[in-house]
Amino acid sequence: MEAMIEKLALYMQYPFVRYALIVGVLIALCSSLLGVTLVLKRFSFIGDGLSHVAFGALAVATVLQATNKMTVVLPLTLLAAVLLLRTGKNTKIKGDAAVAMISVTSLAFGYLLMNVFSTSPNVSGDVCSTLFGSTSILTLTKHEVWFSVWLSVAVLLLFGFFYQKIFAITFDEDFARAVGVNASRYNLMLAVIIAVIIVLAMNLVGSLLISAFVIFPALSAMRIFRTFFSVTVCSALLSVVCALAGILASILAGTPVGATVVAMDAAAFLLCYAAGQIRSGA
Amino acid sequence: MPQIVCENLSLGYEGETIVKDLSFSVEAGMYLCIVGENGAGKSTLMKAILGLRPPISGRVLFGDGLKKREIGYLSQQTDVQKDFPASVREIVLSGFQGRMGIRPFYRQGEKDRAEQNMERMGVADLADRCYRDLSGGQQQRVLLARALCATEKLLLLDEPVSGLDPVVTADMYRIIGELNRSGITIVMITHDVAEALPCATHILHLGHCVFWGTRDEYLRVMKTAQEGKEARSAWKQ
Repeated sequence: MEAMIEKLALYMQYPFVRYALIVGVLIALCSSLLGVTLVLKRFSFIGDGLSHVAFGALAVATVLQATNKMTVVLPLTLLAAVLLLRTGKNTKIKGDAAVAMISVTSLAFGYLLMNVFSTSPNVSGDVCSTLFGSTSILTLTKHEVWFSVWLSVAVLLLFGFFYQKIFAITFDEDFARAVGVNASRYNLMLAVIIAVIIVLAMNLVGSLLISAFVIFPALSAMRIFRTFFSVTVCSALLSVVCALAGILASILAGTPVGATVVAMDAAAFLLCYAAGQIRSGA
Repeated sequence: MPQIVCENLSLGYEGETIVKDLSFSVEAGMYLCIVGENGAGKSTLMKAILGLRPPISGRVLFGDGLKKREIGYLSQQTDVQKDFPASVREIVLSGFQGRMGIRPFYRQGEKDRAEQNMERMGVADLADRCYRDLSGGQQQRVLLARALCATEKLLLLDEPVSGLDPVVTADMYRIIGELNRSGITIVMITHDVAEALPCATHILHLGHCVFWGTRDEYLRVMKTAQEGKEARSAWKQ
């Protein structure tokens, strides 16, 4: 035990470890807040689709040798978020099929581009780290950390301010529209926020594992709690705890950060599921 | 001036017209039942009145002090709602969303009115319970309480008794009748003509033959149609 604490204390002296913890916790917090709404609105697949788009966009940025990859990835992902939201209703191709189509196309194009215009000797290593986020969280610069902090603060403020509106359009969009809530505007806001979170989270867990960040805490919280407010709070707390535990565990055990955090999330879900079963049985 | 005037409405989707050139008006205090076969455009008409789906042609006007955003709406249950973690209080309060503008929190007055509306619908003791744990009838009362937070004048109800057992159905009709007597205009879609007719003042029948008028006229027309049918079959024999 003492050895573990010593080891952690040693690692804490390095700024990149502190950065990873700060960014990891912030991303976990933001994604879990939005996750509750996305899961309840049956939109969780959009998060999955967007993360694949972000992978394709990152490949494009790499090929273009953009100095700041964010300037390519963020606008492309935002565009995809808006398009996917529109396909959710009133189109010839049904929402889930459209998402599946866009996400596999982006994955394929991304991999193709990275192979054909390869800029580094180790293409599969690059692809693997983009998909599973193996190291990039440990190479964050101070600038990137502040960028993540400001974006997270903006997401938290927006969520807090529009919390009641988000509840109304999640529970019953038709009713909210009927009484005059501009549901399209709030849906667009949600799509933009989720796109931003996904782009941020790519650094931490890579594009294949982001969905876990969005859906696991919400699903876990819904096993135990029964009001929207308590589900939201519990989801945020769980997500932060899992992210902290996962990042620390990955430092101690030398495992990949993203995969470890997601494993923590999955374990938390199993615990919550069991707790929920026991409670409803009693 | 009536509360709602529909002028020459044509409704439908993707180029297919299902309701053509419909005109009628809703006066304060009316109890209007909209009846007709499946697919006759009952829900589509309601969505056009609420502005959720624009009509192909024609228009909907509001008057008599009623604003478009002051209509209480009880929609058919969606899949999302069946398994939704929300307390009764959270749901009822969300009825105020329309008039809040951008204000993020509820005022004390709104919280008090939500409590009153829960009392009125007999769900006050369920305020902290989870919506998905309630029975079908209790869920409908909660949604009615929410609709009352959005309006003091007019309720649009889309199949308020579908899926409820006979006892609860009778209870629902009693509650709706009481709301109507307390001065709230009711516009209700229903399958169940026999149950709904006794309370209605007016009937709008959509489908092959469109009827709009008072309940007594409707009963007379139905009777004549029935006699005509019997006369025809007697003549054939």
